[in-house]
Parts: sequence; C-alpha cells; structure tokens
Amino acid sequence: MAFIDLSRNEIQAKLVYYGTGRGGKTTNLLYIHESMSKQVCGKMVTIDTKGDRTLFFDFLPLSVGKIMDLSIRIQVYTVPGQVMYNTTRKLVLRGVDGVAFVADSLRVQRQRNIESLENLAENLQGEGLDIREIPLVLQYNKRDLIESNIPLLTIEEMQEDLNKNLGVPYFEASAVKGFGVYETLREISKRTIKNVIQKVGGQLER
Amino acid sequence: MHVEMNTILDASYMGNLATVIDKELLDAGAEHVIIVDVTGNLIMERGNLHMKDISSLAVLSAANFAATAEIAKLIGEEDFTLLFHKGDRRSIHFSRFGKEYIIITLFDDNVSLGLIRLKSGRAIEELSSILYGNEGRQRWPL
Ligand SMILES: Nc1nc2c(ncn2[C@@H]2O[C@H](COP(=O)(O)OP(=O)(O)OP(=O)(O)O)[C@@H](O)[C@H]2O)c(=O)[nH]1
Ligand SMILES: [Mg+2]
Repeated sequence: MAFIDLSRNEIQAKLVYYGTGRGGKTTNLLYIHESMSKQVCGKMVTIDTKGDRTLFFDFLPLSVGKIMDLSIRIQVYTVPGQVMYNTTRKLVLRGVDGVAFVADSLRVQRQRNIESLENLAENLQGEGLDIREIPLVLQYNKRDLIESNIPLLTIEEMQEDLNKNLGVPYFEASAVKGFGVYETLREISKRTIKNVIQKVGGQLER
Repeated sequence: MHVEMNTILDASYMGNLATVIDKELLDAGAEHVIIVDVTGNLIMERGNLHMKDISSLAVLSAANFAATAEIAKLIGEEDFTLLFHKGDRRSIHFSRFGKEYIIITLFDDNVSLGLIRLKSGRAIEELSSILYGNEGRQRWPL
C-alpha cells in the first residue's frame, strides 16, 4: 500500500526482499546501506538472532529522487527466510508494492528456492495479490561461488525452476561482492514506482 | 486483513489531523505524537522532539503492533487496541484506530498515563471522523 502525501509531494512505497533462508537477502541490504550515500539511505534496522538469521525483518528507507515532482521514498524490507517464520513473513508482506526474490544459487538449495517462491505466491494471495501481477524481479545470488568448487545451479536451471511461468527480469548477483545488487534494486524500484503511479495517476492531478 | 488501497492525503487534510493532535495531545503535555499506518508508513508527526530516526520508529511500532495482534489471536482476542511501554523518564503509548492507523504518543513523567489515555481516546474519535467520515478523502484507486 503506497502512501502519498500531497502536502509534502511525497510517495512512499514498500519493497520486500523475499527468498529462502541464508539466500542473501540481508546481505543485499547491508551492501546497499554501506555503499550508498547518506542522502539516499536512512538508518538500517535489523531484528535478528545472535547467529545473524533474520528473526523479524530488516528495514532500510531510501530516498531515490523525484518523478513528476513527487519525491520518491522506498521502504525496503527483508523477510526471515526460515520456514518456521511464516507468520512474520506474512506480517512483513502486508501492504507490499513490489518484491525482489533472492534465490540461492547453491545446488543444495534447489528445492528450497522453489518452495520459497510457492510460499511467496501463497502469502501474496492471502493479501489479495497475484504473483503474476505484482512488480517482481528475481535475483540469482552467490554467483561469485562459481570460482569455488561448490556445486551451483546453472542460470538455465534456475530459470526453468523459478521463472518459466513468470517471465520476469532476473539478475545474476553476488551480494557479498556487490555485483548485481544495484541492478536488482533499480529494476524492482522502477517497476514498483511505475505501478504505484499508474494506479493512482489520475488522482494526482489537482 | 487486507490493506489494498493506496492512501492519498492532501495538505488541507493533513492540516486537520495536525489541529486535532495539537489540541488534544500536545496541549495536554504530550511531547511528541506520530501517526503511522499498520504497514509502517509515517503519516505525520507533531511535537518538539527532534527525532532523526522517525521512520525506524514508525516501522518498528507497526511491526510491534502486528506482532502483538498475532499474540492476541493466540489467546482468543481479535487484537489489542492499545499498548503501553513505560520507561524511566519517557513512556510511549500506542493505540490503533480504525483498521489502518496507529497513533503513537511519547510523554514524560510529568504527565499521567490516565490523561494520555483519555486524550488519545478523544483524539481518535475526531481523527476517525476526518479519516473515515464523509468529508474524509480516503480514495480507492482500484
Ligand atoms: N559467497 C557468497 N555468500 C553470500 C552471498 N550472499 C550472502 N552470502 C552469505 O550467506 C549467508 C546468509 O546470508 P544472509 O544475507 O544472512 O541471508 P538471508 O537471506 O538474510 O537469511 P535469513 O535471514 O535466514 O532469511 C551469510 O553468511 C552471507 O555472508 C553471496 O553473494 N556470495
Ligand atoms: Mg536475513
């Protein structure tokens, strides 16, 4: 649910990073937080356990500039990926305007990625949203490990598993090294804002 | 709960909300008052404190409220309409109004909880009639 404050000419939209546990959602946000300027990035909030697993969510507010005279603020959240935290995932999804799905390239995570995407579709449906209609991009994370001898899924396999029916943009990334992180954020932000403006467009003419 | 619409508020509307908060809560001695929606959007703030992490406060308050609502369901309640945390010098009072909004009041130990409760109850009645009444301009884009 985007919020538009015409007294300050501001739009706030909500972006959620979703995906399987340990896939790299929090690492994406940390990279963004560390590499963006203070003007763009607000304070990052993380609610996690000692062992760095997200317990509730991470939160990072971004001010990304102006469109049609409106200042755009994007509230970025991550969900806890572990299966047992579905209640909190649903809470974080409330009012979502766009989703970046972070898939883990580790071959051992193949089934978990698929299940997590199904879980996303289900939880969106609980919010009255359709995964095929909401702004969505996929990120295939941990591609840096291609240089190690840890077995990874190929991009073709990941496309087949996750994106065959959706056909949304996808990005190869490494959240620790930083490549693909901005590309993912930029594309999902663009789509989300466009979608919000389309939905409310007619009403902005005062 | 479904929260599907986008909320659009214009300047005159914000002005009306501010008037109610000033009159009911700040004049009664509250330090700072914040209105957020249940998804964590900061709708407005009034008061004298300079809080640079206001969006964190908005988001954590909404999350806190949502989490306690889940606890409420576990014990057979719909949700808790108000929450209160007491600090040594400063306390914080949250109450939900309508399905979508939470009003957060910060106050120090010169003001009693009873007064804040009473005043936020009144503020909520007035705010609700602005946000949900006929003259309210909550619009449904879809
Ligand atoms: N090699 C490599 N490791 C990564 C990458 N991204 C994340 N990791 C590591 O994977 C582990 C889990 O990353 P997190 O960002 O905490 O994962 P998460 O998706 O937030 O996990 P949950 O909070 O449990 O849902 C950490 O040890 C990261 O350092 C990556 O691109 N490459
Ligand atoms: Mg995490």
